[in-house]
Amino acid sequence: MQDMVPERISRQAPSHAHRAELRSRVAHFAFVAPSIVLVAVLVLVPCFWLFWLSAFDVDGSLSFENYRTVFESAGYRSVFLTTFLVAFATVLVTILIGGPFSLFLVNIQERKARLLLSAVMLSFWTSVLVRAYAWLVLLQRNGVVNTLLIDLGLISDPLRLVFNFSAAVLGMVHIMLPVFILPVYGAMSRIDPDLMRAAASFGASRSQALRQVFLPLAMPGIAAGGVLVFVMSLGFYVTPAILGGGRVYMIAMRIERSLSNFTSYGAASALGVLLLVATGVILGLSYLAARTILKVR
Amino acid sequence: MNDGFPLNRPLRVLSWAFAVLTTCFLAAPSFIVILMSFSGSDFLELPPRTLSLRWYEAFLSSERWLGAAATSFLLAGLVVMVAVPVGVLSAYGAMKMSLRWRSLVQAFMLLPAVVPAILIAVGLFFFYSRIGLVGTLTGLVFGHAVLALPVVFLVMSAAFASFDFDQVRAAQSLGAGEVTVWRIIILPQMVYNILVSSLLAFLTSLDEVVIAMLLSVGRRTTMPKLMFTSLRDQIDPIIAVVSTLLLVLAAVVVIVLQLRGNAVRKR
Amino acid sequence: MTKPASISIEAVGKTYGSFHALGNVSLEVGAGEFLTLLGPSGSGKSTLLMALAGFVIPDRGAIRISGENVVDRPANKRNIGIVFQSYALFPHMNVFENVAFPLRLRKCDRAEITARVAATLQQVQLADLGARRISELSGGQRQRVALARAIVFEPRVMLMDEPLSALDKKLREEMQIEIRELHQRLGVTTIYVTHDQREALTLSDRIAIMNKGEIVQIGTAQQIYNEPKNDFVADFIGEAVVLEAGLLGFSGSRRFDPSARLAIRAEDLRLRVTGATEEHASLRAKLEAKVFQGDSWLLRLCLPDGRQIYSRVQKPDEPLVGQVSVGQSVTMHIPVHKLRALQ
Repeated sequence: MQDMVPERISRQAPSHAHRAELRSRVAHFAFVAPSIVLVAVLVLVPCFWLFWLSAFDVDGSLSFENYRTVFESAGYRSVFLTTFLVAFATVLVTILIGGPFSLFLVNIQERKARLLLSAVMLSFWTSVLVRAYAWLVLLQRNGVVNTLLIDLGLISDPLRLVFNFSAAVLGMVHIMLPVFILPVYGAMSRIDPDLMRAAASFGASRSQALRQVFLPLAMPGIAAGGVLVFVMSLGFYVTPAILGGGRVYMIAMRIERSLSNFTSYGAASALGVLLLVATGVILGLSYLAARTILKVR
Repeated sequence: MNDGFPLNRPLRVLSWAFAVLTTCFLAAPSFIVILMSFSGSDFLELPPRTLSLRWYEAFLSSERWLGAAATSFLLAGLVVMVAVPVGVLSAYGAMKMSLRWRSLVQAFMLLPAVVPAILIAVGLFFFYSRIGLVGTLTGLVFGHAVLALPVVFLVMSAAFASFDFDQVRAAQSLGAGEVTVWRIIILPQMVYNILVSSLLAFLTSLDEVVIAMLLSVGRRTTMPKLMFTSLRDQIDPIIAVVSTLLLVLAAVVVIVLQLRGNAVRKR
Repeated sequence: MTKPASISIEAVGKTYGSFHALGNVSLEVGAGEFLTLLGPSGSGKSTLLMALAGFVIPDRGAIRISGENVVDRPANKRNIGIVFQSYALFPHMNVFENVAFPLRLRKCDRAEITARVAATLQQVQLADLGARRISELSGGQRQRVALARAIVFEPRVMLMDEPLSALDKKLREEMQIEIRELHQRLGVTTIYVTHDQREALTLSDRIAIMNKGEIVQIGTAQQIYNEPKNDFVADFIGEAVVLEAGLLGFSGSRRFDPSARLAIRAEDLRLRVTGATEEHASLRAKLEAKVFQGDSWLLRLCLPDGRQIYSRVQKPDEPLVGQVSVGQSVTMHIPVHKLRALQ
């Protein structure tokens, strides 16, 4: 009799605990389900739709026609080139300005850093359109910059500052800087300040300490920020459309243009798929790279 | 405490100059539009030769613009009502999951931010055409809600990460059921974060251009879409007024964010 | 071998806004001496250490290392070895690279670096761990790497900011003895910061007790323990009871002014008279509680005026504890020569 009781309890206990755990597991998934459904329906489905559409040619039969068009047409190829060029230029300038800026923020008093950060945040949350409009006002033929330069007598004819490659990159850098600075500043501020002090106590100069101690530790954050900026720049529409004035033709614009012509739905979709794949591949590669580097560490 | 290196005054001055210039570069251009909105003339000029409120009057008497504004605000409000509850629940659920599942959910929730908006817009266009949602408010609400979800998720995840869940266990040990725990323990302490997520979701929808460009037509044209087409066609100074409006809203959000940051720090 | 330096801190002060981190601190440390700055949080001990290191610039006063004032010299030119509380090990370098860092900065050649790092790692008993990553080390091992890194370049001064506070008790006590041995072997002038009085007593040649930005008393461990200058010191080091002389009963020749304040160590408050030839003072109190603490008993006593005091009964007297019961009135005995009059 005595042997039976403990056995019964021990047989009951795990299944009861099991059920309770299962219940809470289901509850957690139930909480997450609505948003998963939303994302699946509104992001995944459209993406698959694009894949689907891109696989059919004008006659409605399965083929790679669309992709062939995209790869072979010079027009499409130049769109790809422009897009990657703009993205590269944007990342480069963003890192050159954003990196030192984040470093500066980490090394000043927190109160002052927060003040500067709120200006960065304001820029971050300002509509893309408002910013594009502001740059137009500044860079136009009779815009602020030209008027100022003419009034100061430095030039006689207005400069072509907008509706070109540089203006598009400028606008994109303006958008991407906060996107870069916020996470990079976060990563840099997580580096123990005592590390630099330790380096100093051993006799390192400021640049030696920066190069040998700080930079290696900040690299993952900077790389992550750079990848993010690059990937976002690839898919950008508004800023290059407005500030590039039709001369800077990015993939996003080409896709939108194709929608007005029914017969090029397939090509537009193919372009979209390629953009998606490029985004995915770059993100995937950088994730893998990050994982391997961290493992080595 | 200093960093231990000799004080390099020229470097200091240069660094501050660089930082201030960068900050001005980031924040200042937007303020130009505020000046522009008070300009008295038809052209873009700075500084405006005359100051007047004519463009504000023009905005307020333009049926087209007011209609777009109404649509945008209504849309943004609806988006908040969809995205915030869903986002809060998913952040909470994700927090309670094991690490492996949580990472998966997080990656999934960030998809709308990572996939280029143009692709979502085009895909939705094709999708909506089949089910007749192009140009409808419903279609727009869902399109924007999915864009606002990552923002809400990130804010609330951070909030829940610093939330002491022992309180929930304590309440449960005292006899509280799930709903009571939410009502009395969790929500009251999350109010500020929910407010911030709502503001950010609102702003995200209000500013959104790409999806609106493809999916909002006719009566359901949003303010950004109208702005965009105006910018491309002829630069209407009313845009300066609209921009000022959007800028003020963004400033409000940033101030709220900073206040929240200060409140957290003081604790 | 670098000659150890003498340190002279002259009237150093530091104020942050309205907070006086350091008042008017003056201190002489002899070459090769091990001095501990002991005090509660906020006493200024870490600020003083950081001022020595060069990370805090004093508002007034001078800091001389081997005679020359280094106040205007940046930290990276002071040639001082520092062990930070958080160790500050470089996570992206392995053990060898961390310890080799100061030598590389000094442009030593490869062979020399390898030899010296190996020798130093040997000294801190981490001989074969050069290739390990920092993340793979235990707390105690990281502590030793931090030590090794700070001594490998033979600095003339060593500063340690509560280096053992993150370790558990047993490890801490082991490391205290190792640090002491290391100091005796190397002979480098060392300033050590801690809030743990037992640690201070174990390690130091001299202890400087700090409170509210000032040095309250300096002396050897025994001087401070047996001759505390005032309430604060008596209370901070060891467990002390402070009473007015009038509360005690004196049978012998030694007398105190009844209003004089006397410091008594908890372990000197005994249940019996020890040594018939010693003069003892007596104190009547009611036993409120007795707690077994492993190596001793802690007794809580209530004085006639309601105040509570503590007595620590060591192993030899343990049987006596069983003879007294809670609620009973007991007579405690204090050897008169153990009574310290406070200012």
